[in-house]
Amino acid sequence: MNAILQYTAQGLAAGSFYALAALGLAIIFGALGVVNFAHGAMYMLGAVTAAVLLDAFGLGFWPALIVVPVLMFVFGVMLERLLVHHLMRLDPLYNFLLTFGLTLLFVDLVKRRYGVSGLPYQRPEILSGQLELGGVRLPVYQLFVFVFSVVVCLVVWLLLTRTRVGMIVRASTERPELTQALGVNVGRWVTPVFGFGIALAGLAGVLAAPFRAITADMGSNFVIILFAVVVIGGLGSILGAVVAGFLVGLVEAFGQAYAPAFAQIVIFILMALVILTRPSGLFGREEAAR
Amino acid sequence: MSIAPTKPDESTGPQLPAAPALGRRSPLRWALLGVGLLLALALPWFIYPPVALDIAAWALFAIALDILLGYTGLLSFGHAAFWGGSAYVTGLVALNAGVPFPLAVLAGALFAMLIAVPIGYLSVRRSGIYFAMVTLAFAQMLYFVANQWRSVTGGENGLQSIPRSFFGAELVETESFYFYYVALPIVLAGMWVAWRIVHSPFGRVLVAIRDNPARVRALGYDVEKYKVMAFVMSAGLAGVAGGIFAVSHGFASLQELYWTTSGKVVLITVLGGIGTLWGGVVGAALVVLLEDWLASSGFEGLGIVTGTVFVVVVLAFRKGIWGTLRAVAGGRFSRRS
Repeated sequence: MNAILQYTAQGLAAGSFYALAALGLAIIFGALGVVNFAHGAMYMLGAVTAAVLLDAFGLGFWPALIVVPVLMFVFGVMLERLLVHHLMRLDPLYNFLLTFGLTLLFVDLVKRRYGVSGLPYQRPEILSGQLELGGVRLPVYQLFVFVFSVVVCLVVWLLLTRTRVGMIVRASTERPELTQALGVNVGRWVTPVFGFGIALAGLAGVLAAPFRAITADMGSNFVIILFAVVVIGGLGSILGAVVAGFLVGLVEAFGQAYAPAFAQIVIFILMALVILTRPSGLFGREEAAR
Repeated sequence: MSIAPTKPDESTGPQLPAAPALGRRSPLRWALLGVGLLLALALPWFIYPPVALDIAAWALFAIALDILLGYTGLLSFGHAAFWGGSAYVTGLVALNAGVPFPLAVLAGALFAMLIAVPIGYLSVRRSGIYFAMVTLAFAQMLYFVANQWRSVTGGENGLQSIPRSFFGAELVETESFYFYYVALPIVLAGMWVAWRIVHSPFGRVLVAIRDNPARVRALGYDVEKYKVMAFVMSAGLAGVAGGIFAVSHGFASLQELYWTTSGKVVLITVLGGIGTLWGGVVGAALVVLLEDWLASSGFEGLGIVTGTVFVVVVLAFRKGIWGTLRAVAGGRFSRRS
């Protein structure tokens, strides 16, 4: 019982990174039809930026949770305007390839600048240590990551469903022509939405900074797992991305505990099963599954 | 800035050039083939023979990928599974069975086709961007398997000192210069098979699937079956290339299975020109020579260069080198072919 709770906390913490980043991936896909291969690189850049800001300006973890996503938003907007935008009218595969090229570029730039060994990052005092819950000791940081990411996912969900801007974005995503016909400038929202998705990946990176080794390659496997997450959840579905993110985190944690050799393989087997039984993903719509 | 596609179509695949006119009797084509063969034969006199064989192997790999990308309209981002899977099996067979290396390569290619059946069967259920992601994920699964199964694959160390047994011909087994001339015919045979596939009635169906899957289905073809068959054939040729690569270098490493290898072959194909078999050859020569030059000049951060090349090609040069050449030449020679 004790162990199961610990693995659950571990899995939910790992799942938090997947859920936040997959949410960004799903939002970008929804609004632009683009699968952003560079999402893992953006997660890595978020963590590296947090480490560099701490080192250079003494900017701590709490302000970094705000500052880094803002910086990543600006970076995302620049990427969209300068590069992604020019391929929007073509087959989405071209943007997939473009962002793949960007991944190689960013990873090796960071590697060249900061080397291959990890950058140090101090966990804030209040989040280190363990919390005793009914006789089980759980790391505070894991619980914090889980709660924080659930709150962020909820806020994004409310933004999309309860605000005027969110409704416009969703309408532009699902029925672009009709929305345009109703007098909404659909194209205007594409750039900020891309930036927003990148900011979410960056936020996941900041959260991972005190928890994982900060290296240029930290996003390289992450992004592949992320693809498995959105295939499992359903590429068009925002809820699916979040739920599948936590699910994959749990599968990974329990896999590592009980069958360490198969921990990562299990995720792909899960993906294969989903493709076999529900090709559009657990929460996907049929039209997105074309 | 960007080059307008030759024939914009609304199909789901990338905007590809129209299928080339056959023109088998065109003198230009024969001349090209002759020049290409001469270059291939002369190559190890000018550059380090293992690098020359790298070019040949990557060219075959890119051509194998292009059967899917250029002629079937499917972007596989997981072809490292077949190149690397075959590299390992070729290495294991060569190490343990002591057979001549072509047989080991054949075993590797058969293994690649074998694993391509389930991967293809699952992946063709989706098309477009989904297909790319699913193939990528399955290839990564194989990477994790190879990483974990240390007793067989050697884990991080990979397989080392793979022998080049060849009927006791000592010069071939020790000198990479002579080995090149024994391995080259196998690579060329693979390219010929690719050419035959693409120009066969089967290949015509693939092109039709690329351009209009719904209509091909309406005509009574089993689109999914054709896609899986193309996938398996492509995997087999990629396996031949990967096996040759492993024997040539004497090792098989995890790098061969990693997604950057899948990405590299996509880069070679796109740089050379999608839907042009010659493009794979040109792209492979450029990328392999560039990497070799960067490595020998001590530049660290290969990805900075290849990543930038990728971005520039995708943004401004989507037809690739061969595609552009053909478009330019097409205006002049199209009447004759």
